[in-house]
Amino acid sequence: MNERVPSSSGSNHHPRNRGTPLHTEWFENVQVNLSASERRAATLTTRRSVKKEYQAAWLVKALQCIDLTTLAGDDTDARVHRLCAKAKRPLRDDIVKALGLSDDPPKVGAVCVYPLMVAPAVKALAGSGIPVASVATGFPAGQTPLPQRLAEIRYAVDQGAEEIDIVIHRAQVLTQDWVALYDEVSAMREACGKAHLKAILATGDLKTQRNVYKASMVAMMAGADFIKTSTGKEDVNATLPVSLTMVRALRDYGELTGEKIGFKPAGGIRTAKDAIAWLTLMKEELGRRWLEPDLFRIGASAMLADIERQLEHFVTGRYSALSHHALA
Amino acid sequence: MPNVKQILDSMDYGPAPEVSSHITEWLEQHKSGFNHFIDGAFVPSHDKAQFDVTNPANDTVLGRVAVGSKADVDDAVKAARKAFASWSKLSGHARAKYMYAIARLIQKRERFLSVLETMDNGKPIRESRDIDIPLVARHFYHHAGWATLMSSDFKGYSPLGVCGQIIPWNFPLLMLAWKIAPAIAAGNTVVLKPAEFTPLTALAFAEICREAGLPAGVVNIVCGDGTTGAHIVEHAGFDKIAFTGSTEVGRIIRKATAGSGKKLSLELGGKSPFIVYEDADLDAAVEGVVDAVWFNQGQVCCAGSRLLIQEGVAPKFIAKLKRRMETLRVGDPLDKSIDLGAIVAPVQLQRIRELVKKGQDEGGTLLQSSCSMPSKGNFFAPSLFIDVDPASTVVQEEIFGPVAVAMTFRTPEEAVQLANHTRYGLAATIWSENINLALDTAARMKAGIVWINSTNLFDAAAGFGGYKESGFGREGGREGMYEYIKTDWLKALPNSPEHPVKLSALPSEKNLHANIDRTAKLFIGGKQVRPDSGYSYSVLNSKGISIGEAGLGNRKDIRNAVEAATKAISWSAATAHNRAQVLYYMAENLSARAEEFAKRLQAKGKKPKAASEEVELAIQRIFYYAAQADKYDGRVHSTNKRNVTLAMNEPFGILGILCSDDAPFLGFVSLVMPAIAMGNTVVVVPSPLQPLAVTDFYQVLETSDVPAGVVNIVTGDREELAKTLADHDEVAALWYHGSAVGCAAVEKASAGNLKSTWTNNGKLFDWRNETQAQGEEYLRHATQVKNIWIPYGE
Repeated sequence: MNERVPSSSGSNHHPRNRGTPLHTEWFENVQVNLSASERRAATLTTRRSVKKEYQAAWLVKALQCIDLTTLAGDDTDARVHRLCAKAKRPLRDDIVKALGLSDDPPKVGAVCVYPLMVAPAVKALAGSGIPVASVATGFPAGQTPLPQRLAEIRYAVDQGAEEIDIVIHRAQVLTQDWVALYDEVSAMREACGKAHLKAILATGDLKTQRNVYKASMVAMMAGADFIKTSTGKEDVNATLPVSLTMVRALRDYGELTGEKIGFKPAGGIRTAKDAIAWLTLMKEELGRRWLEPDLFRIGASAMLADIERQLEHFVTGRYSALSHHALA
Repeated sequence: MPNVKQILDSMDYGPAPEVSSHITEWLEQHKSGFNHFIDGAFVPSHDKAQFDVTNPANDTVLGRVAVGSKADVDDAVKAARKAFASWSKLSGHARAKYMYAIARLIQKRERFLSVLETMDNGKPIRESRDIDIPLVARHFYHHAGWATLMSSDFKGYSPLGVCGQIIPWNFPLLMLAWKIAPAIAAGNTVVLKPAEFTPLTALAFAEICREAGLPAGVVNIVCGDGTTGAHIVEHAGFDKIAFTGSTEVGRIIRKATAGSGKKLSLELGGKSPFIVYEDADLDAAVEGVVDAVWFNQGQVCCAGSRLLIQEGVAPKFIAKLKRRMETLRVGDPLDKSIDLGAIVAPVQLQRIRELVKKGQDEGGTLLQSSCSMPSKGNFFAPSLFIDVDPASTVVQEEIFGPVAVAMTFRTPEEAVQLANHTRYGLAATIWSENINLALDTAARMKAGIVWINSTNLFDAAAGFGGYKESGFGREGGREGMYEYIKTDWLKALPNSPEHPVKLSALPSEKNLHANIDRTAKLFIGGKQVRPDSGYSYSVLNSKGISIGEAGLGNRKDIRNAVEAATKAISWSAATAHNRAQVLYYMAENLSARAEEFAKRLQAKGKKPKAASEEVELAIQRIFYYAAQADKYDGRVHSTNKRNVTLAMNEPFGILGILCSDDAPFLGFVSLVMPAIAMGNTVVVVPSPLQPLAVTDFYQVLETSDVPAGVVNIVTGDREELAKTLADHDEVAALWYHGSAVGCAAVEKASAGNLKSTWTNNGKLFDWRNETQAQGEEYLRHATQVKNIWIPYGE
C-alpha cells in the first residue's frame, strides 16, 4: 500500500497494460449497489481532511496529475500555445519558491487536445517532458465508422501524441455486446502503438453502475492503460460514486492480472476541494501508489486556477484574486 | 512538521485537529463543578457530592459533576410533577413552539455540541458532527411535529405524567433526544439521568432548554451513577421509566418496577447478525461492516457484529475486509481524519480486552489492523475474529467494542437459523442484490430493525427497538409516541377485586350436573387432553353448588401447551384473509350455539338477558377482530431519500393470556381474538372461577378450522399457571388480568426473558364496554413493529 514511485518518473512512464483475452465471467455477475456507493462516496470526503502543509502538498500533487485540457471548437494554435505555457509553469515563481519546490518546479501531468492541435502542442511543450494527449475516435460521441476512428488515432500518434483518450462505442455497452466492445478497443490499442491508451467510458451515457463496471473491465482486458470517466460533454460527468465503481473494477482487474491501471476522472471537476476528494478516493481505495501522474490524472481546465489561489493563500495567508495568476 | 516536498513524497494525511477552544472556555466557566438542572435552575447535590468526568482520549479531567442522591431525585420529581400540571394542559402548538426553538438552538450550537460530545465520549468528531448531533436536531424537529399532531392523531390518549429516563454513554445527546423529545411532545415532564461517563452534553442541553424558555420543571437533569439510576427506578413518583442500556440492568429495572404500574420501555443489548449473501455487492458490504462495528468504536447496541458470510464468497470477503481494516485510522477523536476514537472508559476497554482474550483462548483467530495506535488514552484497534463458532463466547456475548466475529453459512435457510439463534433481537443487516432473497430474509428476522444493503441508518420518523431480550417499546416515529401516552379510559377504571381462589379437587357435596357427565379437559394442540395432574376441580355457582368440573392444570400442562403453540407458529404466516376466515367461522359456530352458551352463563347466576347479551357481544367482538385481521397493517415511514422504511406489525409468536373473573367468557374472547387475529398462537388460562363457557368453546374451536395449537387452553389456578407462563422463555409476551398482586408477580417473573407484558395493573376492565374492551390498543399489544430499511436505486 505504501509502494512509492521515484519522483523523477515521468507522468506516463508506467509499463503498459498487457491486456487479457475477454473473460466475461470476470464481470458478468458483478453487483454494484448504488445507495451503498453513494454512501461510501459521501463519507470518503468527510472521513479525511488535509490541512496546512499537507493541504498544500496535496494540491501540488493534484496539479501534477492534471491533464490540462482544451477541447473546444474554437481552439487555435495560439490558444494551445498559451495552455502549454501554463502547463509548463502552472505556478508563479514566488509561490513555487515559498513552497520550497524551486529545485523541481511542479508541472502538470499532460496537455489534452483535439488531434488537429497535437502538432502545435508538441511544439510548444518540446523539452518540457510533458506528454501531449489527444482525444480521438470520433470524440465525444464515437459515432463514426471504425476505420475512420482508427485512422484518427494513427494521425494523432503520428503528430506526436503520447497518449490517446479514446471514446468507447456506448451502444456496445447498452446492448451488452462485450465481444464487439473488446474487439474495437483492442483495435484501438493496436492503433495507438507506443502511445498510452486512455479509455473514456462516458459513464453519463452508461447510466447504471453495473454497466460502468462491466465497461471498465472490458476496456482493461482490451489493453486500456487508463480508464476515464467522461468526455466532459455528457449530461453527467465525473462523480465520486461512479469513480468509486471504476477504481474498484480497476482494483479487481489488478488482482486478477497483476496489472496496474490508471484512472482519470474528467468533466465538472473545478475546485481544489474536488481535487482533494478524488485524491482521497485514490488513496483510500487503491493506496499511495495511485497518487502519481502515471496512474492518476484529473481532466480539468478551470481547476488549476482554484489550486493556484489556494496555494497562494497558503503561502501568504491572504485570499487571492484570479487575475493575479496567469491565464491558461 | 514535514515540509511540502516531504509530504509530496509521503502523501500522508497529517493532523487535522478540530478547534476546541470554545469548549475549553465553557469547561473553565464551570470549573467549580457542573450541577443538576432541576426546576429550571442549576443546583448542586444536597450532599455536595461530585465525581470527575474525563476525556477518554487522553485521560484528562474535563470537570466535576454533581452526583444525584435520593433527595435530589425527589426535588426533580417534585419539580416535574408541578410542571406537568401546566405543560400537559398547553396546546400541542404551544409545546411545538418550544420544541422547535430547542431544535433551532441545537442546530445553532451544532459544532459546540459535537466537539463537546467527542471530548466527553471519545467518538470521532466526524461522527458527532455528521451523525449524532444532526440526528438530535432532527429528532426535536420531528417531535415538535408530534406535539402539534397529538390532539388529532392520538385522540383518546393523554400523557402519562412524570417520566424517569436513564440513558447510556454511547450516544449521549442522541439518546437524550430519543427520550426527551417524544416525552415532552406528548405533554409529559421528565427527569433524565445521563450516563456517569458522559453527562456534559446533557447539561449543555439543559442550558439550551433554559435559553429556549422551556417552562421550569418540564426537563430536569439529574447526574450520577448507577445508584442515582436506582433512586429513579425505585421512586414512586414516576409514571414511566425508559431505559437504554445493558440487558443485565434492564432485567433489574423490570423486576424493580414490577407491580408499580409504571409504564416501562427498555432498549437493551444485541449481538446483531450481518448477513452477506454471495450475490451481494461485496465491496459495499465491506463498507457496511465499517459502518456497523467500527462505527463509534463498536459501542453500538445495534452493531452488526456477528458476520454471517455465505461460504462461497467468504475467503474473498474476508480478504477485502482485512484490506479495508488496514486503511482505518485510530487516534485523537478530535482529528477530522480519524475513523475510530477512544473507548469511553478504562473499565470498558478492560472488558473488551478480556473478551478478546477469551475468544483467542477458545481457539478463535484474531485479525487486527496494523494501523498506528496512540500511546496513551483508551484505544482498541479494529478487530475481526475468524475461526469461531456459534458456541464461542465472542459469538454469543455482546463485546461492545470494535470487534466483529465472522462465520459462514451454506444456504439462506441456514443464514436465517444462525441469525435468529440468539437471545437478542435488536437489529439485522442483510446484503443481497436479489430482492426476493433480501425481503424473504428480512421477513424472517426476529429483530426490531432490519437494514437491507445498508446498516446503522437512523431517522426520527422510524421506530427503533428490539425483539426478545433486546427489550420492548419503540423510540421514534408514530410507534414511539405510544410509549409516552395512555388511553383516557384507563384513568376511570375501578380496582380489580381480589378473588381468593381455592380450587378443590375433592368432590363437592351438592351439584347440578347434567344427565350425562361432561368433565371438561384441557385443550392443547387441537385436542382435548386430560390434565397431567389427573385431577379436576369443582366449579361452583354463586350459591356454592357445583355446576361442573374442570381440569386442574399444572406446569407440565403449560409446558405442553407452549410446545403445541410453538408447533403452530406457521399461523403467523397464514394470510390475514385466512385468519379472518377462521375467526368468522368461529363467530358463525358460536352463533349457532348461542343459546347453549347463554344457558351456561346463566348457570353461574347470570340473568337470562345479560347472558344472551354477553354471547351476542362475544360474536360481535369476533367479527371486529376478523375485520381487523387484514386491516391493522403497517406503514411506510418517510425517512431517507430513495428508501422505503417499512414498519410492519408482526405477531410476537407465543402469547400467554390470563383471563379475569369478570365476564369470563366475553373477557376470554376479547383477549384471545386480537391475539390470534394478528398471528400469535396463544396459551390461555380462563377464569378459574368460571371456566366452563370457555371449555364449552373447545367444540367451537374444533369445528371452525382453527389449526391445532393456535389456541391452547389450560384451566386451573391462574396465579400458579401465570407464574409458569411468565417464567417460560419460549413465551414472548404475556397478558394478565387478575389481582394487583398477580400483576406484580408476572411482571417480575417476565424479567427472565424480558417478555413484553400487558396487565390490568390491578384494575377492572369492563368487557361489555366497547371503548375499553376492543380496539387498536389490543392489536398494538398483540404486535411488535419491525422496521425494514430498503434503500433502492440503479
